[in-house]
Amino acid sequence: MNNEPNELLRVHNLETTFFTDDGAVPAVDGISFTLREREILGIVGESGSGKSVTSLSIMGLIPSPPGKITNGEIQFGGRDLTKLKEKEMRKIRGNDIAMIFQEPMTSLNPLFTIGKQLNEAILLHNKGWSKKQATARAIEMMKLVGLPRAEQLIKEYPHQLSGGMRQRVMIAMALVCDPQILIADEPTTALDVTIQAQILALMRDLNERLNTAVMLITHDLGVVAETCERVIVMYGGQIVEEGPVKEIFESPQHPYTKGLIQSVPDMRYKKERLYSIPGNVPKPGSIKKGCRFAARCEYAFERCLNENPQIYHTNDHHISRCFLAEEKEVALND
Amino acid sequence: MTEPLLKVKGLKKYFPIKAGVIGRRVGDVKAVDDVSFEIMEGETLGIVGESGCGKSTTGRSIMRLIEPTAGEVYFEGKNVSTMSKEELRKARRDIQMVFQDPYASLNPRHNIQKILEEPLKVHGIGNDKERKEKVAKLLEIVGLSSYHASRYPHQFSGGQRQRIGIARALMTNPKLIIADEPVSALDVSIQAQVLNLMKDLQQELKLTYIFIAHDLGVVRHISDRVGVMYLGKMIEISESEALYEKPLHPYTQALLAAVPVPDPDFMRETQLLTGDIPSPANPPTGCAFHTRCPLKMEHCDQRVPLLIEVEPGHSVACHLYTEAFSNDNK
Repeated sequence: MNNEPNELLRVHNLETTFFTDDGAVPAVDGISFTLREREILGIVGESGSGKSVTSLSIMGLIPSPPGKITNGEIQFGGRDLTKLKEKEMRKIRGNDIAMIFQEPMTSLNPLFTIGKQLNEAILLHNKGWSKKQATARAIEMMKLVGLPRAEQLIKEYPHQLSGGMRQRVMIAMALVCDPQILIADEPTTALDVTIQAQILALMRDLNERLNTAVMLITHDLGVVAETCERVIVMYGGQIVEEGPVKEIFESPQHPYTKGLIQSVPDMRYKKERLYSIPGNVPKPGSIKKGCRFAARCEYAFERCLNENPQIYHTNDHHISRCFLAEEKEVALND
Repeated sequence: MTEPLLKVKGLKKYFPIKAGVIGRRVGDVKAVDDVSFEIMEGETLGIVGESGCGKSTTGRSIMRLIEPTAGEVYFEGKNVSTMSKEELRKARRDIQMVFQDPYASLNPRHNIQKILEEPLKVHGIGNDKERKEKVAKLLEIVGLSSYHASRYPHQFSGGQRQRIGIARALMTNPKLIIADEPVSALDVSIQAQVLNLMKDLQQELKLTYIFIAHDLGVVRHISDRVGVMYLGKMIEISESEALYEKPLHPYTQALLAAVPVPDPDFMRETQLLTGDIPSPANPPTGCAFHTRCPLKMEHCDQRVPLLIEVEPGHSVACHLYTEAFSNDNK
């Protein structure tokens, strides 16, 4: 599996720990996955699942202290990103891997015009360019992401733009260097639903036209269903299920995934009663023994309380961290 | 016909826009602009819309947490808008609110006992012992335990905090609860728990809800009727099933079409809306939606469409239907 031809990024056994007053908290606890060329990979999870820490670890943006990558590797372009010095990492960020965040207003500097901020990003990665060249490129990028009247917009300040337009600016900025990977951390959560639909359509379109691989981090299964080809489900800092989106929605293998899909109020039907997963989302690091989902799982049995299940393959591209999947793997191997 | 529990007539809330050093009034943000609706006892009215549509301001103006600019609100036949401070205080026993952010709406320095008995103290209900019993009882009702009373808000998860917010709203045995985005800050698996709890409580305690939210899926599951707002106006209101199955207003159609559906095989029929929501400080002339409307007609930018009942129980404010309606009546 390591030699898949179109493998772009490989995370292996990644462990990111936060050292707090209450002790070491493993926010990401031994996860492995690959991102392939040109794909849109969804990472879905609830608060504290470790999905954002995963993306920050890849970008080398874990605040240290208190956080630290304590184990594992992130292979990209023949190098292990966890071993790189900050100076080398800075070359990769923006150039090869770019990231956009949930709230575009906090990612933009309110004191500078949109043009100045785009130019800064362009000039930083294209040494020797003139300001004029940079501005031309900025306008080109703004048009690419569907911003109207780009020539005037570069003279405006972030507060003059709507939330959707600000997110388009962030996407333009992320794409100035034609990165191979775009990591989008809840890019539409702060936006209204009609604007969210526009941004998701834009991301799908750019993925197709520019061949940029996208890692889309979200809590919204609807967004995953509409945008992604493959999805990783995280719970309590671990990957509990991974597979093609269609398969995951049709036959989820992990009880958590199943429960999560059933809890979503689907706008198309009225259910008298929503399915709900009992209990609370655990705090990272709070469950030390057994399967992390056992306390909330309706299928849990004795073994689940004592032993954390390993990852089982239910077919060659679908995995589940649940003892229930063990039989299926055995059957598969026979 | 029985009287509605709550009747809102021509509700308006304009926020002044001030400019210059002396704060001259240069305009208004018409946050809520002539909104009318009724709610029957035991019913849930969902109010949906995007940011800036005035759904929260509507909720708050009903209770006069924000003093409305104009309009009347009748609760059990009594006019809330003309009540004195004292009368209003009494009326608020019967109308309570649940807020979005359970982190911000619970005082972090008070324990749960103190937070929950506060409304009883304000309204002078019961003695110490009775209040304590009531707190314990309500904690059980919302799915927590009486021993939680001595704990502080930070010791609870988001979902538990929202249960406490609901318990607080129920302390005075209200008839109407206005819930403003009560589940949007919660994780999906917790959202379903709180929605189910609210449904159960409604049946047990015969509550009436106004449920304000931006999530159309959530609203469908809880509401009997749904009103859709856009830039301060109610543009469509109907029985929930009719609204979701057969939306009439082009905005409602577009809004429903934009919701991501948790089904990879689902194919969208309607085209996406283009453009942004205009600023409520400077709304478009005529029908406020005409700048984004795929079905815009000639006079849509000149005449404001009125909310008209075009089918029994289904009202819409759109010239597409007012034309047809007036032609039929000729």
